[in-house]
Amino acid sequence: MSETIKQFLYLNRKAPYGTIYAWESLEVVLIGAAFDQDVSLAFMDDGVYQLTKGQDTAGVGMKNFSATYAALGDYEVKKIYVEKESLAERGLSLDDLQHLVWEDEDDDWAEKDSIKLVSREEMTAVMDGADVVFSF
Amino acid sequence: MKFAIQINEGPYQHQASDSAYFFTKAALEKGHEVFRVFFYHDGVNNASRLTTPPQDDRNVVARWAELAEQHDLDMVVCVAAAQRRGMVDEGEMQRNGKDATNIDPRFRISGLGQLVEAAIQSDRLVVFGD
Repeated sequence: MSETIKQFLYLNRKAPYGTIYAWESLEVVLIGAAFDQDVSLAFMDDGVYQLTKGQDTAGVGMKNFSATYAALGDYEVKKIYVEKESLAERGLSLDDLQHLVWEDEDDDWAEKDSIKLVSREEMTAVMDGADVVFSF
Repeated sequence: MKFAIQINEGPYQHQASDSAYFFTKAALEKGHEVFRVFFYHDGVNNASRLTTPPQDDRNVVARWAELAEQHDLDMVVCVAAAQRRGMVDEGEMQRNGKDATNIDPRFRISGLGQLVEAAIQSDRLVVFGD
């Protein structure tokens, strides 16, 4: 669709259901996939709650969109950075998050982990490396 | 420099739209190009022509419309976000069987692809929001 390839970073900082930012951010990621850019997602602060497994929204009467994250691999989203400090500050670990994978067509469609835990310092490098930061 | 502007918050409740307006105006007056202003999340409410602020306050919507008029600015309201929040133009009214429109004619409703395209085409995407 476009000849320019940019490093896109979608930065997610907010919890999934208190506001609509998380869901509407995901909508940009899904639409943006059609533009064949080099996409990364980053989760920090309360944004790490977006990836937790076992979400149940029945009590708040909202649509549970957490299954959408598992489909990101099909949208060529292979790099998902989660900040270690944000997890630790909330008593969370990698085990509390969904296991997100993408299939590597150059490696007999082997499933590979999408989530990479990074320190706060490493996250600054991730942001620095992006051409475009969509901040939600 | 070529800028794309994204506004994530509605008028009056947040300063985001005011800040974005002053930034956009200053950029244009300095001779920069603004490829597109994209209104997302509650930011779509900046496009309501029915907004009626008190007379001694700024009119956020009219101010955007005037700036767009002066500089032929492309102001796009996200369709998915607009539908959720009841922002309606003629096309949306027909498509969804609504009985009214409320969008200022200087704004247009379109898809999220317009935001992604703006980010690709511009040197900088500047996001105003929480």
